[in-house]
Amino acid sequence: MQIDRDLVMYLEKLGRIELSEEQRTASEKDLQDILTYIDTLNELNTDGVEPASHSFPVANVMRRDEVKNAPQVEEILKNAPEQKDGCFVVPKTVE
Amino acid sequence: MQITDMTALELASAIKAGEISVREATESFLDAIGQRDGAYHCYNTVCREEALRRADEVQKGIDEGVYTSPLAGVPIGIKDNICTKGVKTTCSSKILENFVPTYDATVVQRLHDAGLVMLGKLNMDEFAMGSTTETSATGVTHNPWNNDRVPGGSSGGAAAAVAAKLAPVTLGSDTGGSIRQPASFCGVCGLKPTYGAVSRYGLVAYASSLDQIGPFGRTADDCAALFSLIEGKDEKDGTSMVNPKFDLEKALSGEIAGKKIGIPEDYLGEGIAPEVKAAVLAAAEEYKKLGATVETFPMPIVRYAIPAYYIIACAEACSNLSRYDGIKYGYKSPNAENLMDTYIKSRSEGFGMEVKRRIMLGNFVLSSGYYDAYYNKALKAKKLIQQAFFDAFETYDMLLGPVAPTTALKIGESLSDPLKMYLGDIYTVMINIAGVPSMAIPCGFDKEGMPVGMQIIGKPFCEAEILSAAKVYQSVTDFHKQSPKAE
Amino acid sequence: MEWEIVMGLEVHTELATKTKIFCGCSTEFGGAPNTHVCEICSGMPGTLPLLNERVVEFAVRTGLATNCQITQKNKFDRKNYFYPDLPKAYQISQLYLPICRNGYIEVKGADGEPKKIGIHEIHMEEDAGKLMHDEFEDCTLVDYNRCGVPLLEIVSEPDFRSAEEVIDYLEKLRAILQFTGVSDCKMQEGSLRADVNLSVRPKGQKEFGTRTEMKNLNSFHAISRAIEYEARRQIDLLEDGEAVVQETRRWDDNKGYSYAMRSKEDAQDYKYFPEPDLPPIEISDARIEEIRESMPELPEQKKRRYREELGLPEYDTEILTGNMAFVTLFEETVKLCDSPKDVANWIMGEVMKLLNDSGTLPEDMTLAPAKLAAVIQMVKSGKINRGTGKTVLEKVFTDGVDPESYVKENNLAQITDLGAIRPVLEEVIAANEKSVSEYKAGKTQAMGYIMGQAMRALKGKAPAQEVQKMLHELLD
Repeated sequence: MQIDRDLVMYLEKLGRIELSEEQRTASEKDLQDILTYIDTLNELNTDGVEPASHSFPVANVMRRDEVKNAPQVEEILKNAPEQKDGCFVVPKTVE
Repeated sequence: MQITDMTALELASAIKAGEISVREATESFLDAIGQRDGAYHCYNTVCREEALRRADEVQKGIDEGVYTSPLAGVPIGIKDNICTKGVKTTCSSKILENFVPTYDATVVQRLHDAGLVMLGKLNMDEFAMGSTTETSATGVTHNPWNNDRVPGGSSGGAAAAVAAKLAPVTLGSDTGGSIRQPASFCGVCGLKPTYGAVSRYGLVAYASSLDQIGPFGRTADDCAALFSLIEGKDEKDGTSMVNPKFDLEKALSGEIAGKKIGIPEDYLGEGIAPEVKAAVLAAAEEYKKLGATVETFPMPIVRYAIPAYYIIACAEACSNLSRYDGIKYGYKSPNAENLMDTYIKSRSEGFGMEVKRRIMLGNFVLSSGYYDAYYNKALKAKKLIQQAFFDAFETYDMLLGPVAPTTALKIGESLSDPLKMYLGDIYTVMINIAGVPSMAIPCGFDKEGMPVGMQIIGKPFCEAEILSAAKVYQSVTDFHKQSPKAE
Repeated sequence: MEWEIVMGLEVHTELATKTKIFCGCSTEFGGAPNTHVCEICSGMPGTLPLLNERVVEFAVRTGLATNCQITQKNKFDRKNYFYPDLPKAYQISQLYLPICRNGYIEVKGADGEPKKIGIHEIHMEEDAGKLMHDEFEDCTLVDYNRCGVPLLEIVSEPDFRSAEEVIDYLEKLRAILQFTGVSDCKMQEGSLRADVNLSVRPKGQKEFGTRTEMKNLNSFHAISRAIEYEARRQIDLLEDGEAVVQETRRWDDNKGYSYAMRSKEDAQDYKYFPEPDLPPIEISDARIEEIRESMPELPEQKKRRYREELGLPEYDTEILTGNMAFVTLFEETVKLCDSPKDVANWIMGEVMKLLNDSGTLPEDMTLAPAKLAAVIQMVKSGKINRGTGKTVLEKVFTDGVDPESYVKENNLAQITDLGAIRPVLEEVIAANEKSVSEYKAGKTQAMGYIMGQAMRALKGKAPAQEVQKMLHELLD
């Protein structure tokens, strides 16, 4: 897999991060090295192999439909960088 | 003997016998931290006031017969990615530098119920991403055996604190080796339990399908005792499993005669430091003397473990870390003017480079067009790795191998080359992919005096067996009794 | 050129569970912001989801009622995207193995014959929070009360060819969801939301045209109008030689038009992958049968029972089962006063008229079955006459009065003591000498007039038959 600058920038966009030019150049090389190594996985024959899901067979772990929680607005907002009228605050969202 | 020199079980019995008060024990460790942690930086947060208050409360509980667990009254340090109500839980990241959880992780609740006293929160690689503790936003932890060396990671603070006797026992987490590798680098014991053996509720997720919380201690016994307090089904974690109750007696029985131990020959191949290999083989000889049979067997899938691991771990990580956005908690960039800015600037300023790298890698392997070639392929590799362990356990009761190819690296040595750092995880990541338990214990020193560790890998939910194997080894060796000279 | 409209529907319905899909918070609508929120549904670090078993049961009920295959081993996936209403930045949904697949609902086709609309899949997922614009500070406020409320997304095949088919399907689907107790389907509160995918093509052409997706359709009426508008817009574009752009459009029902929200070309990459925190769901044959057997009656079953056991005519069963609110009112009232046909008549007549006159939706009706039963009983026993009954019911409907005390307080009861009637009739006879002598002279029509005067004097509260009988006694 060939990594280029555009791909690095696309990955930044997908992850909602932004690298400096310097970091971007370094990342291009680092990601290339890592992916080249990761590509050795292609040598592994996985024909007819089902993708694994969970490590051990466990299913149907569910809870009963019973209300457990009381209002705890203060706790929920305690760590919020900004709050107003019992709500979290974000810059205006535009539709 | 000084209080800080005692093992956790020794301390607990002295407390039980009334020879030492919980306050004395707690204060001894708090004082040691105050005097010596400046040199190591094991702790991100020390809870002096709260620990002392709690110590008195626990003393009362012990006196009244409320706390009867094997570690009642023992102080403990907790890795900084395990949520503690009212105490900062930063994951050693700027993005969570002021995050104070409003709830306790299940393991923290269980320790509380067992009468342990929390000393503070331990340094780690940022969001557990790294193998050296160098990616921590609060600065590197130094290896107590040599100040210029890393303690390993990601649970570097948790391992170093035990080695430096700044806590008798600690809790860490292991996603790809993050308990075992620092245990090995710091010359202490660490157990990565079976996936599902310990509740993950309250563990800040790195890679949800691989993460497990586990104990550090200076002896297998201490690890067994601490594990017995935290293991077991938790109704808040749907992936935690119902199992027969862990048998502490059995774990401390030290049975090994007649057991079959396998060593994957691919664990001793290219890339391993000769001194590490020699130490592991010497340990194998010890086991033979103790009545076990030991043989090597091929496990060629080892070479695909790192690619599969980094694909799965980074994919889950990029999703798990998307919630840090400067809105609900954590760091919000003061430079953000609109919504997109809030996301991008808060995250770019809040995350370190290694975290960003794994976020990008995760986004890549999940993005449309690459999912099948990478993520799905890795899940198939996971299936084959699980199968390889299943097959090995048809023949062997447990497996033995090195924890890492080398002893602790110099600070700064691997940071510049991420791939090199990833390759150091070759012997540990497979165990997380397979979900099986593994115990790291000291088994020697290299010529520079740095500890060498080995791991004993068990069948799913057979923690008692590997702890027992570790204990029996420690009954005939004294590597675990060595301590670094105090700085 | 003759054009054909092709449509598919994505319906989201909020489930009538007590708690959210992955935590123990209440799903109650409304409430002060962030009061139905905990560390799990607000996405605090370290928290884990735990599936509400009721959601699976409701999904299976819906699947069975819509002729779907139940995916006996199904699981959840993460749909990743950044938006402030989604605190974890991923929605737990089902992509790879949805719980139900390959079903259908029968609607009335263009030729009046039954037509099957295919259901591609039904999957379980969590709802997002609510964003409110703050005018004063020009920012947006985030409320997570709705966050984690369980949803079913019901995805149809592109089988619709007219707005009538769409509305018929939605009415049938709503009835199924309401009858099975899965959802209350209040469009106003957003517990039933439909997005319409629409394209047009020249009649006879096999390939589909480029489609658009329409959102914010808050009533059946809005859906009809939006379909009409969008089909016209696309046809006009194509006839002018322009192309339809694949995009999401938002319907503005006040202004009667839709506008593009964002084009699908820069659609997000949702990076779906299996949810590692939730074990798979396995549903055995036995469990499916158990759910099937415990399932409340569907409209067709009810109709048959009303006909066969309660003796209602076909027409009545059709009307009553058109809405769950009527069904509940009917069944509860019958339990209390045991005259099915009378109850049916009152609901189809007076109740529906009152709803209509007041513009109330059946699901918002507050009429208590006990009160309706009381009115019907009073009429049946002759305590009040039918006309008074209607007046009383109106009072019950508008002011919630207690029918029995209302009748008593306003002195509306029939005069049952015949002795009390006679003096009034004697006065009437005395006051209407002319008509009385005409009647006595053989002009039988005069009796009508006398009777009218008598009933007026009695304020309508005496049984007419008795009055007539007594007048004859007095005059003949």
